Amino acid sequence: MISLRFIPVLRRNFLVWRKLAVPSVLGNLADPMIYMLGLGYGLGGLLPQVDGVSYIAFLAAGTVCFSTMNSATFEALYSAFSRMHVQRTWDAIMNAPLTLDDVVLAELVWAASKSFLSGLAILLVVWSLGLSNSWLSLWVLAVVPLIGLCFGALGLAITALAPSYDFFMYYFTLVITPMAMLCGVFFPAERLPEAMQLAASVLPLSHAIQLVRPLLLGAAPQHIVLHAAVLAAYATGGFYLALVLLRRRLTS
Amino acid sequence: MASILSVRDLRKSYGEHEVVSGVSLTVERGQCFGLLGPNGAGKTTTLRLCLGLTEPDSGEIELAGEPVPARAREARTRVGVVPQMDNLDPDFTVSENLLVYGRYFGLPDRDIRTRIPQLLDFAELTARRDARIQTLSGGMKRRLTLARALINDPDILFMDEPTTGLDPQARHLIWERLKRLLSQGKTILLTTHFMDEAERLCDRIAIMDRGRLIAEGSPRKLIEQHIEPEVVEVYGEGVAQWATGAAREAALRCEQSGETVFCYAADARPLLARLEAERDLRYLHRPANLEDVFLKLTGRELRD
Repeated sequence: MISLRFIPVLRRNFLVWRKLAVPSVLGNLADPMIYMLGLGYGLGGLLPQVDGVSYIAFLAAGTVCFSTMNSATFEALYSAFSRMHVQRTWDAIMNAPLTLDDVVLAELVWAASKSFLSGLAILLVVWSLGLSNSWLSLWVLAVVPLIGLCFGALGLAITALAPSYDFFMYYFTLVITPMAMLCGVFFPAERLPEAMQLAASVLPLSHAIQLVRPLLLGAAPQHIVLHAAVLAAYATGGFYLALVLLRRRLTS
Repeated sequence: MASILSVRDLRKSYGEHEVVSGVSLTVERGQCFGLLGPNGAGKTTTLRLCLGLTEPDSGEIELAGEPVPARAREARTRVGVVPQMDNLDPDFTVSENLLVYGRYFGLPDRDIRTRIPQLLDFAELTARRDARIQTLSGGMKRRLTLARALINDPDILFMDEPTTGLDPQARHLIWERLKRLLSQGKTILLTTHFMDEAERLCDRIAIMDRGRLIAEGSPRKLIEQHIEPEVVEVYGEGVAQWATGAAREAALRCEQSGETVFCYAADARPLLARLEAERDLRYLHRPANLEDVFLKLTGRELRD
């Protein structure tokens, strides 16, 4: 049962964020920036061109996707878990005329909104450094929210199962970090053994990167519908799973 | 008087364990209804079921004229809730907590902002309106939670152990405020295991144990119905021996709990006369109260 009542919850999260906006934006920006510039120029200096472009231009798309994924995941895990379990903010909200579904939808949209800011911040840096100068790169602004929804939804499903914060280490170690290695964030996925490539082809981050990388480099991506559909499927499937698990956890 | 909450044959199990086993109750408008019971009796689950926060296995609930859980959302627009554990928003100030909570009810900011000063005044928090939640005392947090529950001007308040963990001063202030709300015509449904709280506030009480309501009535009725009018509590050296001997002849009923023997009688004078002769025993003579009823009905063994 979904209603527009999720909007006040979104406003609540925004009001909290506004109080902490400066450190939050710095945190969102600084970490991926250090990686992109450090690896891009440092490691890139040792490398010839990668897939026909400079290494940092190659890495830019990976960083946009990786940063969006991390930001959505972090919000849907640690921050949502705080609000659900530690501060009991969700309980308070559900005593008002809101349902659990409203709250979970608000958390998903919020995680996607925050990750959009992270993706946008990296994009601004990419543009200002001249790493991408095609009008096509503006389309990345449409892909980033989809990445955010996808990883926000998956994160919420994990949160539904979490007994404590420690649980999230498993998700990062076993899912997020391997995904970054397999899906072509730091190097072309085609360099991996075939079995690994096959595994990567079902992971959402691969599809995100296969949309964003060509767009940043000024080319139209291939199989746009397929990649977008996979991301949307992960988002819907993850959201549905999160709802089922959270209903079982909180309202049974 | 019309009822604002009516519950019929409510049941809820978790696995094999039936937590609520056929509860029926009716709360009239303007009444203060107390749900009493030891830990684990099913009080909190009953409240959650009535609010539509948990799906019942069977039974009917009508809250503020709406069937629950089918139209629980609509019902909750007329309800204020004070939960057992404080869940104020730690990232906000006192008045921001009220503003943000009012939005959950779909109230326009303008209306909420006109209401906040009255609520802060009611909760005696006007001077702390810009304070952060972490800086408030336990009593202040409870008062703010109460003010928050009133943001939508509800018809009925659900309060789960409203004064647990508060010092006596803070409890008295909460009681005084609740009486004020009752005099304004609000209905209150509260759970508690403080008998003085129930006796002081409630028009009607239901005692719950192991998922069932085992007694219901006004505090005075319950005392009249279930317990002898006078109680003598006896303690001191040799009290156990005395309880099996002399006490038996003068009291209708004696119960030992730890170091104390509780003697119940219609007329305590013969008992007191015998106690005068016992130099090692000390005693307290008092009228029977709700706690005696509660302990008689739910037993004296510890519930964890």
